[in-house]
Amino acid sequence: MIKFLAKRLGQGALVLFVLESLTFFLVRALPGNPFLGERQLPEHVLAQLNSLYGLDTGVWEQFARYWKAILLHGDFGPSLVREGVQVSEIIAQAFPASLQLGCAAMALAVAVGIPAGMFAAHWRNRWPDALFMLAAIAGICIPSFVLAPVLGITLGAHVPGLSVAGWDNPLCLLLPAVALGAVNAAYVARLTRAGMVEALSSDFVRTARAKGAGAARILWVHALRSGLMPAVSYLGPAFAALITGSFVVESCFQVPGLGLHFVNATTDRDYFLIQGLVFCYGVLIVAANLAVDLFLAWLDPRMRS
Amino acid sequence: MKYSLPTSSRSLRQDALRRLARNRVAVCSVVFLVGMFLACFLLPLFPCIPDPNVTDLEHIASAGSWQHWLGTDHLGRDMLARVLYGGRISLLVGVLATAVTVCAGVVYGLLAGYVGGRTDAFMMRAVDVLFALPFIVVVVVFSLSIEQPCRELTECVVRVTGWSRDAVAPLLGLVPVFLAIGALGWLTLARIVRAQTLVLREQEFVLAARSLGLSHVTILFRHIAPNLLGPVIVYTTLAVPGIILTESTLSFIGLGVKAPNSSWGTLIKEGADRMEVAPELLLYPALFFCLTLLALNFLGDGLRDAFDPKSARD
Repeated sequence: MIKFLAKRLGQGALVLFVLESLTFFLVRALPGNPFLGERQLPEHVLAQLNSLYGLDTGVWEQFARYWKAILLHGDFGPSLVREGVQVSEIIAQAFPASLQLGCAAMALAVAVGIPAGMFAAHWRNRWPDALFMLAAIAGICIPSFVLAPVLGITLGAHVPGLSVAGWDNPLCLLLPAVALGAVNAAYVARLTRAGMVEALSSDFVRTARAKGAGAARILWVHALRSGLMPAVSYLGPAFAALITGSFVVESCFQVPGLGLHFVNATTDRDYFLIQGLVFCYGVLIVAANLAVDLFLAWLDPRMRS
Repeated sequence: MKYSLPTSSRSLRQDALRRLARNRVAVCSVVFLVGMFLACFLLPLFPCIPDPNVTDLEHIASAGSWQHWLGTDHLGRDMLARVLYGGRISLLVGVLATAVTVCAGVVYGLLAGYVGGRTDAFMMRAVDVLFALPFIVVVVVFSLSIEQPCRELTECVVRVTGWSRDAVAPLLGLVPVFLAIGALGWLTLARIVRAQTLVLREQEFVLAARSLGLSHVTILFRHIAPNLLGPVIVYTTLAVPGIILTESTLSFIGLGVKAPNSSWGTLIKEGADRMEVAPELLLYPALFFCLTLLALNFLGDGLRDAFDPKSARD
């Protein structure tokens, strides 16, 4: 177990290093530079800015300096566009909103998707199954950029308490969470149905039935364990993506989250901010994949080899 | 007495097609998709559909009429024409980006699986790293950095062929969009193809081909690749809606298709901005868009069931 963990953590660190280095060179290959505004800056001002942020030295020297700052001081550097603000400050400021929203969307996806999938598998090929799977496929086909404005206008504007923009009370979370989580709920329902159908037709369920276990016990205890596996493998990376925010939902509901920074930092060529964001996302993905593997091993003893 | 031998046997693929033909939802989806493609690509050629960028100042924000079947928007542009032209771009990007994705994914997966060993391990770790990149950042970086080369390519094409710039520019303007989407889209397919190739290369027919002295290239592309057709077709059909969705998301946030071109994503964005005044401006493009995605998903599910009888509803 400890050996497995150590090996996976080592691999994760390697993936993160390669990821971050790749991003470093990728963003510097972008045409343009961070100091291009509406006004063309004079040559000497540009040179001064470049030397202030250490962008005037060779790429490899910058690369070494960047990694040294991270490893020794945990310092991701300053934002190049917002003067005097550190990358870590920007992320620390925006992350809580995205985290709350992502957790709410995730809770919704799990709370709706898994029971729906189990229900559909239980009533396989009957009308409840058809109904739920039609709803799921519709959920996949209605993108968040349609759902978000429609929800905002129809519910947000008329139901008291729900608001379309704002971030001051917990109810504000509801509509963006639905807009963000609906697609995931639909995927989870489909994956749970597929997993449960397979589990319900397996030998150990037949044995349980032969022993006289009730339908509810078979569904919730015997089949659920292995039936959950496809949904769990999907949910890990999906969770990492959800809590780092979504540009569309955040801009539709004016949520002060991370999702906006991912796009704006790239179009602004804010090198250090992009690198910091990619690092943050990478850590979450690696951690999510590790958590999924551990959870799968807990669900299915056969995976513990 | 004469015994008749079975004169024909059905291949796996024919079997799959027969199963697909029995699936009513999938057949309806195929009919719908063919109709949508024909409508988007052929209907605008007829004179009954006006130019999508011409403003009819006598009918601004009008409801449906004989002249404008789906009405007009706030500038007096015909809605049906706009939706059909938008569909052209969305479907075109969907098909081209999927082609990029499928080519890259199949070749990468085949090579990794067939060569195996350390090469395979290295190639798959690279896929792991790319998987950990935030999709949106890569798409934005790609579309920003290919813009300039694409503009140069347009100039070059215009100079060499002598075609008018207006004819070439809209098409080549899409290149950054579908390359950017294709840049990361191939990862999942590469994993699927590699896993299948690992199984296939151990099979007897590959051993037979090798003992006949066939080259690796022949074995890979004539003997192994055809066996991957099923999973690749299924994945492709399910990937097209995802890619159309990505393109529309990009256009929605203003990074995809540039004006005066419009795709379903940009139309939905415009409709969403004016939804309180004129909800039908959001309704029509969203309806066309969602129905197309629905049909593609139904077709993909049908194909999966047809190629993999085990997963079929039984």
